[in-house]
Amino acid sequence: MAEASSEQPARARPLSPHLQIYRLQINMVMSILHRITGAALYFGTLLFAWWLFAAATSPDYFAFVNGLFATWPGMVIVVGYTWALIHHMLGGLRHFVWDTGTGFDIASVDLLSWATIVLSVLLTAGLWYFIAVEKGWVMPWQ
Amino acid sequence: MGDAMAMITPLKRVRGLGSAHEGPQHFMKQRLTAVANLILIPFAVGLIATLAGQDLATVKATLANPVVAIALVALVLVMTMHMRIGMQVIIEDYVHEEGAKMMTLAANTFFSWAVAAVAIFAVLKLSFGG
Repeated sequence: MAEASSEQPARARPLSPHLQIYRLQINMVMSILHRITGAALYFGTLLFAWWLFAAATSPDYFAFVNGLFATWPGMVIVVGYTWALIHHMLGGLRHFVWDTGTGFDIASVDLLSWATIVLSVLLTAGLWYFIAVEKGWVMPWQ
Repeated sequence: MGDAMAMITPLKRVRGLGSAHEGPQHFMKQRLTAVANLILIPFAVGLIATLAGQDLATVKATLANPVVAIALVALVLVMTMHMRIGMQVIIEDYVHEEGAKMMTLAANTFFSWAVAAVAIFAVLKLSFGG
């Protein structure tokens, strides 16, 4: 391909339409989110390792790191991390379905994609509601 | 996968290799670690739910359980392997300049191994009561 020996400058070739041309579709959004959550989790493991490292270092340092996670920005990051974890796992399940060669008709693709985002939000909300009740941050029966 | 294999000549099919000169090991490794994560991640989420905001004594007592410690070590190994080969695909998609690609791929490996080393050391130390 690189051996084209013409003196003339290469003619502009037609390009296939790129992301900004297409109307957003749910399967495309889920595909992008799968990559974004994957990359976020990649750096999120740093927080996980940091928390473990703090616990293995000293009680004071552990209390300091735990305190950081308990601040509002810290909570947003930790809740976001669990959502990314759950979303990426559900996305993986969707890919397992597709790996079997089934579920490629439009209706199934849409259903699986919507299920990924809806379930990930519901499961994350459920998880943190459970944690909040367990810890006594929220008392639903009062 | 059967249909995709039909794109390969009979000789290549016998050798099991396409034009990339390597087989589907990367794909299979990604899926295999994903299957392991299907078990380990719910465990990790449960652990987060249990230990969120707890003091060090509780964390140490929980990790003193061999099953918890072994599952955590397995989680760290599988997770860092999965994330390393996942990030490798992202790098190969977006970084095209050969030198930068090599550097980024190396950094990816070092980062993943460093996370694994720190996390496994911490789990073992906590589990052994340090």
